[in-house]
Amino acid sequence: MRIPCPYCGERDAHEFAYLGDATLTRPDPAAEDAEARFHDYVYLRDNPAGAHVEWWYHANGCRQWLKVERDTRTHAIAAARAAREADTPAGDAA
Amino acid sequence: MSRAQRNRLEAGGLVDRSQVLDFSFDGKRYRGHAGDTLASALLANGVRLVGRSFKYHRPRGIFSAGAEEPSALVELRDGGRREPNTRATVAELYDGLEATSQNRWPSLGLDVLSMNRLVAPFLGAGFYYKTFMWPAKAWEKLYEPFIRRAAGLGRAAEGTDPDHYEKATTFCDVLVIGAGPAGLMAALAAGRTGARVILADEDFLPGGRLNAEVHEIGGQQGAAYAAHVAAELASLPNVRVMTRTTVFGVYDGGTYGALEKVNDHLRVPSPFQPRHRFWRIVARRAVLAAGATERPIVFGGNDRPGVMLAGAVGTYVQRFAVRPGRHVALFANNDAAWRGMLAAQAAGANVEAIVDVRGDVASVLTEAAKAKDIRVFTGARVIATHGKKLRTIDVASAERGHERLYIDTLAVSGGWSPAVHLTCHHGGRPVWNEAVAAFVPGATPPGLSVAGAANGSFALGAILKEGAQQGAEAAEALGFPVPPLDVPHTSEESTALQPFWHVADSKGAAFVDLQNDVTAKDVGIAHREGFRSVEHLKRYTTLGMATDQGRTSNVTGLAIMAELTGASIAETGTTIFRPPYTPVSLGALAGHHRGKDFRPVRLTPTHEWAAKLGAVFVETGPWLRAQYFPRKGEKDWLETVTREVKAVRSSVGLIDVSTFGKIDLQGPDVGTFLDRVYINTFSTLAVGKARYGVMLREDGMVMDDGTTARLAPEHYVMTTTTANAAKVYQHLEFCLQVLWPELDVSLASVSEHWAQIAIAGPVARTVLSRVVDKDVDVSDAALPFMGAIEGTVMGGVKARLFRLSFSGELGYEIAVPARQGAKLAQALMEAGHEYGITPYGTEALGVMRIEKGHVSGNELSGQTTAGDLGLGRMASPKKDYIGRVMAGRAGLIDPDRPSLVGFKPADRTKRLRAGAHFLGLGAPADMAHDEGYMTSVAYSPHLGHWIGLGLLKGGAKRVGDRVRAYDPVRGEEFELEVCAPGFIDPQGERLRG
Repeated sequence: MRIPCPYCGERDAHEFAYLGDATLTRPDPAAEDAEARFHDYVYLRDNPAGAHVEWWYHANGCRQWLKVERDTRTHAIAAARAAREADTPAGDAA
Repeated sequence: MSRAQRNRLEAGGLVDRSQVLDFSFDGKRYRGHAGDTLASALLANGVRLVGRSFKYHRPRGIFSAGAEEPSALVELRDGGRREPNTRATVAELYDGLEATSQNRWPSLGLDVLSMNRLVAPFLGAGFYYKTFMWPAKAWEKLYEPFIRRAAGLGRAAEGTDPDHYEKATTFCDVLVIGAGPAGLMAALAAGRTGARVILADEDFLPGGRLNAEVHEIGGQQGAAYAAHVAAELASLPNVRVMTRTTVFGVYDGGTYGALEKVNDHLRVPSPFQPRHRFWRIVARRAVLAAGATERPIVFGGNDRPGVMLAGAVGTYVQRFAVRPGRHVALFANNDAAWRGMLAAQAAGANVEAIVDVRGDVASVLTEAAKAKDIRVFTGARVIATHGKKLRTIDVASAERGHERLYIDTLAVSGGWSPAVHLTCHHGGRPVWNEAVAAFVPGATPPGLSVAGAANGSFALGAILKEGAQQGAEAAEALGFPVPPLDVPHTSEESTALQPFWHVADSKGAAFVDLQNDVTAKDVGIAHREGFRSVEHLKRYTTLGMATDQGRTSNVTGLAIMAELTGASIAETGTTIFRPPYTPVSLGALAGHHRGKDFRPVRLTPTHEWAAKLGAVFVETGPWLRAQYFPRKGEKDWLETVTREVKAVRSSVGLIDVSTFGKIDLQGPDVGTFLDRVYINTFSTLAVGKARYGVMLREDGMVMDDGTTARLAPEHYVMTTTTANAAKVYQHLEFCLQVLWPELDVSLASVSEHWAQIAIAGPVARTVLSRVVDKDVDVSDAALPFMGAIEGTVMGGVKARLFRLSFSGELGYEIAVPARQGAKLAQALMEAGHEYGITPYGTEALGVMRIEKGHVSGNELSGQTTAGDLGLGRMASPKKDYIGRVMAGRAGLIDPDRPSLVGFKPADRTKRLRAGAHFLGLGAPADMAHDEGYMTSVAYSPHLGHWIGLGLLKGGAKRVGDRVRAYDPVRGEEFELEVCAPGFIDPQGERLRG
């Protein structure tokens, strides 16, 4: 698999570390039901067959966290943006 | 004295007759030529029996001339280089080659286990499943060893493979897979556009069928034309022709796996050359031109040595100038096989008969055959064969009844199956094309197109055109301007064929899968027992599951199943193919990562210095660290470590701690950032001070610990544990880039930039004061406990000085640029000489931290909370931090959770063991009564007995209790005293001294 890193160009997936679902937002720790929300945030994951937005870390490259939109069935990658630049409306594909 | 190559034709072929190569098979010596394969050289010498079959030990010969070979499997080379199951048909002949036959005992000619044939009626499909079901215990002791010996392939290599293997990555615009007529044209068309092209072929000679058949292309002989195109490709700087290279898999994003057999054609690899090279080829486009595999017709006795694919007979005659036998016949259902046979006759093979299942064959073929005195049987079939090696065949036809022919070589052709394998690697399913009676590619992987026979185009003119077109289109799609390419003219050829699979009324075992000994009858059994889907058929009968992956058997097997079920082949469907296309050596997959090179080893800046002092090293993560420094006369490591600890506690010692992770943090928001990743507060840390910090994972468990110093208002430097250095860095980047992008903080890993040496002991300050430069004040006032200052040492060497202590003694850590590390160690040795300064290793460091009650890797197990480790009070209640919310879960703050305490053996002479479990006095030894376990133990030179740290239910409130240490692994059980986890100087007076 090859990931188009916005800094380094297209690179082999071996250079990256995978984290998982990138649509999750760290809950407000001050919320009344913070524990329940954190439980979901830490443990619950969907396992979609299809488009999936996920975190990849370019460990052997620019050390940037990337938000990658990947089809879990075909490994086709629709987009990859740096985390810092991803939170524009276009970045939140899910 | 070698015998003459009695079956070598006088002239022709693409072998180099001027080069004579000696080789041996089963100890007998023979000769061949450069350009031969082992198979062609064996046939040239009249060797036809080359192996015994997998299950029934039937004599087998050479069946094909390529990668599809199911029968001619041999062992090549010996010792660490021994390579079992080598297909003789693709093994390039080299001088000194030594091959032996497999799966026979005592010899190939006389094989005792061939009596399996007598019980063959009982060894049919599902035999193993049905027979060896009971008793279960007999599997290991009886059945499996027997089956393994009887149903064997070759023997694996013994000893270490002495050769090297390497991995490489390359990139291209267009990858062309296969250098037959379609591939050559595709590469030429793409190459002439200026695109970067790689043309890969498993063979050592480009050309494919052009080398094996007789054609005229643009006024040239086919083989000459192939050589001409290959030469032009070789001359183009943007084209790379990779022979002996099999593209075996299609992976994601246009990545292709390929195996280059760099040195398999030599007895031993040339100096500094790998045996195999594992390629990762990244291609923007690819053209699959892998050709097609001929399929046989199934009939009784179709496995005797001498029965061979018709294309193979043509290949041996045309390419290798070898006559496979003296009396040749053809059994076929198609025109192409006729043409091949007529050409073989013209080249000197003695073709005596052609048997075609079709009643109506084009007269141009039948007339040509008759003109050469070849007997023609139309509407006919072969119903039996005879001889250990083929001697006669029985032919039946409506017109002429039964007739026995004296034939020693029977060429068989049931048509051609496109090599669609790579098109399946992304889940594509081949589709049945009635017009060509073959499975052709279905959906292909992105960027891959298919040309030529692999696409079901079998006429040479169409193949050349399709190759050129696909090559040009691939380059054009990438934006390369495509110049017009003239596809050379070749004569029209008929590809007429009448599907025919199985001579149902033939006599004797009729083999579908020659390698796994699956017969047409086995397919019938599977059908009767309900295993009718192709996937069930495959698994129940093992059809197509051998090392050849059913190249010559899959389609025939499922066609026979289709006949039985009455469904069409299209409805029956096919199994699909997965990588690798052909076997890939394990050596190539490992590359250089084997033995000591499995992963790189990192050396500390003081490694050489420590080695000179006789250090024993230990692997800690990727690092080699000094474990202890034995001296002459010390009887074991414990004596050495005890001496080292005593030296530190009584005077001074030093240790390299460079392996700790070091992370530089700069920016106005570093304090805020650290407050959020550590459980304790760092924004309030004064400049020039360091603080011990603990960070959690978001699930509330401790992730790592270490000290972080503030060197300037906006500049901190963090240390992490050796093992977690990379993980913590990645975590911090995640927090910064993903969670809090608004924070203005920059991170840099500086683990490699700084050598860091710890000195500890009552006189540490005196020693330190001798290596720092004059203007650097290291007095207790200027550099108090947990102080951190910058300065110079050894006459102008930039340094960072930290007053930290892991050992519990007065201690400092001195960081200097990595290249100065060894020099600093030496300077400290000289400065401390009069105090007997003692280098110590990780063992002594461990002993001292256990005496001090500090936690380390054994306690930071990923299952412990800060509270479990007695660090709960560090957590600041005034702020949020990673892991805070989840650490507050009821189960994680349960006061009964196992938490950190110290242990002493009630009988002080006992040795403690890490891993021992705690049980209440008198409690039964079971999981229900388990109270935790010992995490770290050491012999304490300070106390004169063993001590331990462990996680005990109830923790601190159990101090003073007695529990049992239960160690069923070592069969030990004795009483412990529970104590606070600090065995020396609990008030910390030493380190503040």
